[in-house]
Amino acid sequence: MKKSNGRGKTLTRRAMVLAGGKVALLAALAGRLYYLQVVQAPKFSMLADENRINIRLLVPPRGLIVDRFGVPLAVNRPTYQAVVIPEQAGNINQTLDAVADLVPLTEADRRRVLRDIRNHHSFVPIALREDMDWNEMARIDVNAVDLPGVSIEQGLIRHYVFGDETSHVVGYVAPVSEQELNSDDPLVELPDFRVGKSGVEKQYDLELRGTAGTSEVEVNAFGRVVRELAREDGIAGDQIVLGLDMDLQDIAMRRCAAQGSASAIVIDSWTGEVLALASAPGFNPGAFASGLSPAQWKALVDNPYNPLENKAIAGTYSPGSTFKPLVATAALEAGVITPDTEFFCPGEYHLGNTVFHCWKKGGHGTLSVRRAIKESCDVFFYHTADLVGIDRIAQMANRLGLGVKTDIDVPGEKTGLIPTRAWKLATTGVAWQRGETLSCGIGQSFVSVTPLQLAIYVARIATGHTIKPVLVRDDGVMTAASSVATDVSHGFAPMGVQQKTLDVIRDAMYGVVNEPHGTAYGARIQDPTMIMGGKTGTAQVHHIAREIRDRGVVTGTKVPWKDRDHALFIAFAPVAAPRYVCSVVVEHGGATGGEGGAVAAPIAHDLLLEAQKRDPARRVPAVPFDAAKLAQG
Amino acid sequence: MRWLYDPSQTQQTLSVKLLNMNWPLVALVTTIACVGFAMLYSAGNGSWHPWAERQVVRYLVAALIMLAVAMVDIRVWLRAAYGFYAVTMILLIAVEVRGAIGMGAQRWIDLGIIQIQPSEFMKIALVMVLARYFNGMPAEEIRNPVKLIVPALLILVPAAMVLKQPDLGTAIMLVLGGAAMFFLAGVRLWKFAVMLAVAGAVVPFAWHHLREYQKNRILTFLNPENDPLGAGYHSLQAKIAVGSGGVFGKGYLSGTQAHLSFLPERQTDFIFTILGEEFGLVGGLVLLALYAVVFVYGYAIAFRSRSHFGRLLAFGITTNLFLYVFINVAMVIGLLPVVGVPLPLVSYGGTSMLTVMFGFGLLMSVYVHRDVRIGRYGEAET
Repeated sequence: MKKSNGRGKTLTRRAMVLAGGKVALLAALAGRLYYLQVVQAPKFSMLADENRINIRLLVPPRGLIVDRFGVPLAVNRPTYQAVVIPEQAGNINQTLDAVADLVPLTEADRRRVLRDIRNHHSFVPIALREDMDWNEMARIDVNAVDLPGVSIEQGLIRHYVFGDETSHVVGYVAPVSEQELNSDDPLVELPDFRVGKSGVEKQYDLELRGTAGTSEVEVNAFGRVVRELAREDGIAGDQIVLGLDMDLQDIAMRRCAAQGSASAIVIDSWTGEVLALASAPGFNPGAFASGLSPAQWKALVDNPYNPLENKAIAGTYSPGSTFKPLVATAALEAGVITPDTEFFCPGEYHLGNTVFHCWKKGGHGTLSVRRAIKESCDVFFYHTADLVGIDRIAQMANRLGLGVKTDIDVPGEKTGLIPTRAWKLATTGVAWQRGETLSCGIGQSFVSVTPLQLAIYVARIATGHTIKPVLVRDDGVMTAASSVATDVSHGFAPMGVQQKTLDVIRDAMYGVVNEPHGTAYGARIQDPTMIMGGKTGTAQVHHIAREIRDRGVVTGTKVPWKDRDHALFIAFAPVAAPRYVCSVVVEHGGATGGEGGAVAAPIAHDLLLEAQKRDPARRVPAVPFDAAKLAQG
Repeated sequence: MRWLYDPSQTQQTLSVKLLNMNWPLVALVTTIACVGFAMLYSAGNGSWHPWAERQVVRYLVAALIMLAVAMVDIRVWLRAAYGFYAVTMILLIAVEVRGAIGMGAQRWIDLGIIQIQPSEFMKIALVMVLARYFNGMPAEEIRNPVKLIVPALLILVPAAMVLKQPDLGTAIMLVLGGAAMFFLAGVRLWKFAVMLAVAGAVVPFAWHHLREYQKNRILTFLNPENDPLGAGYHSLQAKIAVGSGGVFGKGYLSGTQAHLSFLPERQTDFIFTILGEEFGLVGGLVLLALYAVVFVYGYAIAFRSRSHFGRLLAFGITTNLFLYVFINVAMVIGLLPVVGVPLPLVSYGGTSMLTVMFGFGLLMSVYVHRDVRIGRYGEAET
């Protein structure tokens, strides 16, 4: 008993020691709970909310792009997508069979769906078929009862009402690229977000985008949305109004497309607004929004007419004879010739041992600047260019908008090239040759310009002001109440070229179109109130081509298409008070292999005639177009 | 009532025993179990299904077993101790063998209606067998280190087997529970120091033998934020749940962590997180207080017992319960690594409920037979 008592006391004592330890440990637990739930509670509350609350961005509707009269060019079309939620579908194969009875569903689609289902939680909606039309959507919707777990999701997809006719001006949208991901805008992270990749869509992308809406949702640990806590709808993108006149654009595109590869621009030089900017062939811009198939892409890239290039702003061509009014302007302004200065054209011009030909084999005889422009005499301009010199030509060219960017509000514009002595020395290390001045004097050799620069150049000749092109109309859609420009008052400064010089040039260009022997006499506008002036041009593609033609071996369509000369025409109208200007470039002479006067001038004739008939002072639609209605589908 | 109860009486009738039950303790245990039901109802997103309903049934069955255990004479338990230990040991080996033959690690045996984990029973069996061993040992023998070899093996062999399963939590419980019995029995403190030193020497070796996930758990315990989506996920999410509960909690059934499935194992080992999240600091402290009262009862029963075996048993079971509670709560709130120990009476699980209630049954038996004097070999003394 004594022994037992001894160990009993030990037991009691040690039990008390253990109890003390237990109290201490329980106190530690209580202390820890206090630390977590009182001291650190705010931190953990925040973490708990971060766990459960997901902010989801809502893509705002992209702004519409409309023409000057409100005709929609780029809208958002509702698109329907059939999705299936596997956990609600039961037997997925039966569901797929049932869906396949209603809408086309390929074997590849089925494999993709089954793979997606395996790779996702069963509550994640899997796309069965994307971008369905209304009929397909309706067929699925009507049979929804027999399709458990299948539902229709509606979204918006960019739709270009006029398709390829506006593909270069309006541009297109496409999924966000890798580089574009480095943006402050959180929208770019969204899989169905699209950004402008070219044209106005790219230039005004930020305005068109709008502001993202947010949906605050509660999610569980697997990411399933439990409920929506708050929602803030985004702000739709701004509507962009173009100065474009879609009817004119339509004519321009049709006429250009008929020539294979061509471009045409019509500008209201009083405002600088681009009324038509055609580059043919176009492409289907909508295909980019949903993603281009490799075959589609290859077809676009391999097309010899190069549909992806906006030739009106990014095509660079020798201006050919359309350059002659510029050389004349430079010479008149420099005082090296007067309107009465005469040169004799025997059909060729000798410089040292080199012979420079006039396009007319027999020559033009004695002529002054007016007839030289009208009949496009090369020899006259060899003389003139030689007198005025390349640097003064270049100076005047830049002043009239050639060889410099026009700063039009659409990306991808090329600068072209107006050579100078300094440029050649710096680039090639070889001094400028006198003969090169002669070649440049008739718009060949190094000289290259874009069709848009040609239009601006003729606009400046026609008005005497430094016209700048602009695609977007700041004044919004034209209505009956809109103010209409009455003269060149759009803030365009005078160029500082003497009026008498301009008069001579314009008069000569009047002659080109409206007098017999003028190179574009066949394309004149008959209506005396709408008469146009212009200048033809033929741009050499290969020197050989010119020599062959000179020898009369082959002409026109007998030369391979790629080797034929380009046909150019620049024009303004009406001559009495020039307002509308136009430039047309038909690559390789178009379908008939013709020259500027034969192929390009008729297009300019149609466009300028139509532009004047549609003069906004006279034409405003009776009922303004309701763009918002169309956007809603 | 005195006429009903004669303290010197070594044989009591069943009705007398029932009257002598520590009913307040039964009420306390039931209260804690009810907290568990409420938490499991919440864990099931406000539904009796799938956990709460089954837990209630289990509790009722286990309560009957507890009563039955309490009615059995304390001396029977003393005599059954070795046998109980041996049977548990055989089951443990059976699990081990089956696990080796079958599909990898298995901790339980399927009895059809219930799956039992022998390692859980071992916690009680170990207390019983050590209580009996030390009961039969005079104080001077306890000083003899050689006499400690057998009880040390009684602890270490099952602990090693459980560790190999691998179940670090239960292994730690067995070692700590056994060590507590040594301590209570009066083993000299320097021997613990020696054991500790030996254990320290073994740690690098043991570390080498730990499974990768066990190493990760210990490493991420030291800095869980390092790997929030990997090994630290459990402990970080548990801390977020408890911490975001604040003082008064988010309200019953309103815990976002629990109901949005951010808490892993929320119905078993991490059930305390639901309490902490939905009832805050107040809820957590109330539950800890309830447990503390249970421990006090356990101690009171031990002190009240006239037999050395009864005291050892009562202290041992109480200490075991304490270890359950402490290790579980400490790991949930990030004081200890996540080792996998259930919260007694609250966590969902049949074996742990059965084990804990069996323990309470033994505790009650000590209480009911508090005045029975027991000799070194289980014979009644007068």
